[in-house]
Amino acid sequence: MFELGGIFEAIGKWLNGFLPPVWVTIISAVITGLAVLGFLSLLALFLVWWERKISAHMQQRYGPMRTGWHGVLQTIADGVKLLQKEDLMPKDADRIVYFWAPIICFGAAFMAYLVVPFGKGIIVQDLNIGILYIIAITTFTVVSLLMAGWASNNKWALLGGMRSAAQIISYEVPLSLAIVGAVMLAQTLSMNGIVSAQAGGFWHWYVFREPLGFLVYYIAATAEANRTPFDIPEAEQELVAGFNIEYSGMKFAMFFLAEFVNMFTVSAIAVTLFFGGWQPLFSFLGFIPSWVWFMGKSLVSVFVLMWFRWTYPRIRVDQLMNFAWKFLLPLAFLNIILVGFGIVVFK
Amino acid sequence: MTVKELKTEEFMVNMGPQHPSTHGVCKLVIKMDGEEIKEITPHVGFLHRSIEKIGENRTYAQFVPYTDRIDYVASMNANHAYVIAAEKLGGVEVPERAEYLRVIMAELNRIASHLVWLATFAIDLGAVTPFLYAFREREMILDLFEMTCGQRLTYNYMCIGGVNWDIPKEFEPKLREFLKIFPSRVDDYEDLLTNNPIFLYRTKNIGILSKETAFEYSVSGPSLRGSGVKWDIRKAESYSIYDRFDFDIPVGYNGDAWDRYRVRMREMRESAKIVQQAIDGLPGGDIQTKVPRTWKPPEGEVFTRIEAPRGEMAYHIVSDGSTKPYRMKIRTASFCNLQVLPIIGINHLIADLVAIFGSLDIILPEVDR
Repeated sequence: MFELGGIFEAIGKWLNGFLPPVWVTIISAVITGLAVLGFLSLLALFLVWWERKISAHMQQRYGPMRTGWHGVLQTIADGVKLLQKEDLMPKDADRIVYFWAPIICFGAAFMAYLVVPFGKGIIVQDLNIGILYIIAITTFTVVSLLMAGWASNNKWALLGGMRSAAQIISYEVPLSLAIVGAVMLAQTLSMNGIVSAQAGGFWHWYVFREPLGFLVYYIAATAEANRTPFDIPEAEQELVAGFNIEYSGMKFAMFFLAEFVNMFTVSAIAVTLFFGGWQPLFSFLGFIPSWVWFMGKSLVSVFVLMWFRWTYPRIRVDQLMNFAWKFLLPLAFLNIILVGFGIVVFK
Repeated sequence: MTVKELKTEEFMVNMGPQHPSTHGVCKLVIKMDGEEIKEITPHVGFLHRSIEKIGENRTYAQFVPYTDRIDYVASMNANHAYVIAAEKLGGVEVPERAEYLRVIMAELNRIASHLVWLATFAIDLGAVTPFLYAFREREMILDLFEMTCGQRLTYNYMCIGGVNWDIPKEFEPKLREFLKIFPSRVDDYEDLLTNNPIFLYRTKNIGILSKETAFEYSVSGPSLRGSGVKWDIRKAESYSIYDRFDFDIPVGYNGDAWDRYRVRMREMRESAKIVQQAIDGLPGGDIQTKVPRTWKPPEGEVFTRIEAPRGEMAYHIVSDGSTKPYRMKIRTASFCNLQVLPIIGINHLIADLVAIFGSLDIILPEVDR
């Protein structure tokens, strides 16, 4: 009941009844593509509003209140405003690169959702290298930020772009190594496989098998998503806005929404790898639909990321590098060794 | 290709006047090697209003509102500096009650000013939340000022010979309420920042100002005390009635951004202590010695200085016996404190420059006057 996975299957069966298989494939691809795009756009709108409300309440303010119930329509109003803005391009900008940077950023952020299991049977494509695919595709973000920083032909933007390249490349390494632990435990790279390996109650979740791995992943993921205390590429107070300083209108909105989608991506991966994905807390709670579990867990993780942002100061760029290479990386290796021992001893 | 063959070059950036972390309209021309700062040239003067010259064209009493604009974050202290100079010039006696009220207002304004500094300093380091916490308490102080003189930023509260308005009835309970909760609120800020490892990383050993450099450039105020010099005009050359109160002068050790932060945090607590003592000992009586409208101080010159929140604020007034000063020179702390920025900011990263600039607590109208 209320499981959305069944609905998709039923639609597929119904289409198969009167259409040739090629058409079914094309139609289902288009539908799922649009569904994911629509869902994520709505989600990003919601997350922007949510962050504003959370930050406001943490700071003893109300946040947006005028547009709709408690300002729920605020993001839409902002989006409309940004759509109407003139799309400025600096005179000396590298036009092609400048144009494509936000699109790549936006696209990369959305493509990660190809393999994210939203619930039982709700996954666009269960690739057998799912998690590897995610690592590869999320790295595209850095390319786009670097492109944006370079193409703007602005010194502040360039500094921001360079920072983001340095930051994301160094945090990719502990991030990937932290994921290795979960992969070793599940013996698979498929996202669905990792989720089903954690079935049967919360004590099977990998966060309890390899807490160190989760810690490393979560810190690195915060940096990956460019969130405070690791938001140095845009560092409002130092670089004014960093890589996106010259962007306006819809292009800026694309960067902005991509940031929130990325935040949800890292949360979704954290949930999938360490918190049993869409698996319920106890098996007797299985009557709650799996996608509710997934969304609930992911939003809690997003909340924690927002909590970080409104609590911590920003770390400095060289301290960030030191932290990644001298602290997180050894910790990630230690995690792999511990997980390896664990598998040998307990199997 | 080896690394040596790769050509790199230094580049210049303009930080300001519209940069969010220059706290107004300071323009820093920075020569950078990557993210490392090689040279800083502050450009000031965007906010120059020739207040000193205005002073020569206004009568002594007329000039008081202008002093508000010298340091609008601490107008009470700016008022205080001027009226003390004028009173010394004309030998005007100030009633006891007025002195107490002046001290209460000046110290409250010092707290408010430090709260603004704390808020912006935290924001400079990327922590946005303390900003609103600090402004919540500043709001209480501004409410107190508003009920006394009707203004929230430029008070025009003190006048030559006393203060312009007496405190209303509801002032005292409100003030006591503020004094009661304020120490715990400072604890809150310290929870958010002082013990935060990221904050420590960002401020420890950043922008070390040595005692010698501080003396050479005539740095004053909390920035000087952060370098370990126990120099506070309130104690060293006690003016007004500061000798009657019991308070400490916090000092730092290394002179880094962290020490300057600690000094200001502790100063807020000390100021609250002074206000507590002053309100407890507040005598009755007049609040003003009547000074004639066309007040002519005798010929001569006078130099007085006070401890404003940002450092020494001094007035040098030359009188030719007429209703207007012949010459007026205002010494403000921010101008001198800004001069050390090119020295202590070198070889730091751009992120540190923001932290150092914030820790010096420079306010631009005071730099330019």
